[in-house]
Amino acid sequence: MPHTGEYIKKLAERHGRRLESLLPILENVYEDHHIIPEDAMVEIARELDVSAAKVYGTATFYSFLETSKGGKYVIRVCKTITCMMHGKNQIIKELEELLKINLGETTPDGLFTLKETNCLGQCHRGPAMLINDTPYTELTPSKVRDIINEYRLIAQKSAS
Amino acid sequence: MKKGLKRLDLIFKNEHDCDVILKKSLNRSNEELVEDLISSGLKGRGGAGFPTGLKWKLTAEAPGDEKYVICNADEGEPGTFKDREILSSVPHKVLTGMAICGRIVGAQRGFIYLRGEYKFLIPELQKAINDFHELTDKMKLPFRVEIFTGAGAYICGEESALFESMEGHRGEPRNKPPYPTDAGYRNRPTVINNVETLAHTYSILKYGPEKFRDLGVKDSRGSKVFSVSGDTPIPGIYELEFGMTLQKFVDDFGDGDAKAVQVGGAAGFCVPRKKFDKTVIGYQGKLTGISLPTGGSMMIFNSSRSMYNVLHNYLDFFVEESCGQCTPCRVGTQQLLLGIEAVKRGDKSSQYLEKLLELAETMRVTAKCGLGQSVANSFSSIVENFREEMIY
Repeated sequence: MPHTGEYIKKLAERHGRRLESLLPILENVYEDHHIIPEDAMVEIARELDVSAAKVYGTATFYSFLETSKGGKYVIRVCKTITCMMHGKNQIIKELEELLKINLGETTPDGLFTLKETNCLGQCHRGPAMLINDTPYTELTPSKVRDIINEYRLIAQKSAS
Repeated sequence: MKKGLKRLDLIFKNEHDCDVILKKSLNRSNEELVEDLISSGLKGRGGAGFPTGLKWKLTAEAPGDEKYVICNADEGEPGTFKDREILSSVPHKVLTGMAICGRIVGAQRGFIYLRGEYKFLIPELQKAINDFHELTDKMKLPFRVEIFTGAGAYICGEESALFESMEGHRGEPRNKPPYPTDAGYRNRPTVINNVETLAHTYSILKYGPEKFRDLGVKDSRGSKVFSVSGDTPIPGIYELEFGMTLQKFVDDFGDGDAKAVQVGGAAGFCVPRKKFDKTVIGYQGKLTGISLPTGGSMMIFNSSRSMYNVLHNYLDFFVEESCGQCTPCRVGTQQLLLGIEAVKRGDKSSQYLEKLLELAETMRVTAKCGLGQSVANSFSSIVENFREEMIY
């Protein structure tokens, strides 16, 4: 991450330098970069005047914060009971075929990461998934294909 | 549905009179307001069922230079999704409840701890908060609400883990006591209520405690928002009266083939068909038969479902979501999962299930927080009622 020091300093100014600001800062870094790299954690520790181990401890506790690089779009398919009953395995199979990766992997172009997650609170409309923060519900294989195509188009447009 | 259970429309009723309710309530004394809440019989809607009026009273009486009101919107229990709907359709009711609570206990700051999975609600919710601040500013009520977002940890719905999380730590529950009413967020007296509980206070302040008391049964007053999912032709969110039997519930919502209902999510109880008519939905109290509390999660399973797969899914969930802090929960959840797999494979005899039931009971007694303690709820109720499905 270029200019990590300056970047983290800005975030500390925005969110504050108390320990209560730690989670908001970490979330902000993750939102901006899809990863919370080590050098950022060290800088956050310096800004907040706590140990780097403390920052690492908090960052690695939460499943929505990642300390290794993921794709631009992180897909989290709900695997909890009602989504399982309504066919989340089919959805995952479809996604694996579409993206040509296995669960837990990132596409070579760095666009998508495919993961499972626990209950998304969409049980009445399962199967459900999140792509970054956006929920998609009542999924079917064909609906999943349309959604992925849409994201690919968006990515193509922003690249050109 | 012609007959069946009475559907209510208190929570989601489209009414926008925050200003009137605030004005009316703020003109009354704190004691009167607390008295109203206590006499309404409102209990915490997250599932634990602590009397709300008493919680506010204790926090008001606790000494402290600064106090907080927190709305727990870390709705992570499998099978519940009603708080999401309440926050997206009637956020102003929740905010009004928070502001009045703030006046009563002496808090000027409120937080909504929103689970990471619900981040998509933020733009609308922030707008509702801004509108609400305009209103409170006009009334010169010094109360501010902020959103704090979680990041995908079920355990942070446990109140003390939630405080830890807000303070920048890992979301690991604290020892109790002290309770939040004395030492919550930043070790200051804190009221922490479920989204639905706060929304109910709006109705109680508007219509008076009697109307609320008239609903439900002894020890379980008022209405409750249920999240209905699983094998049902009409999944969704329904406001119903407390005190119904599970049989009546299944008659209304089942697909005609219900073999079990999971009441209260993965941390709740699984009730088999033969006990439907003896099971009442409500807080523990003087009800006939078995009474089961719930945060609102009602998952229906029909006879095509393998209860082994259901239990396996729950245990998988608990293994992942256990914070790892205390041994009974960290190791216990893993061993329960390995144990049922071994019995299913035939590596262990069916007698081994007794050992596992003992382990679950040990966890109930020794785990530090509600997560580890309540694994035994679903584990024992599924293994005992569907034993043959665990083995064959």
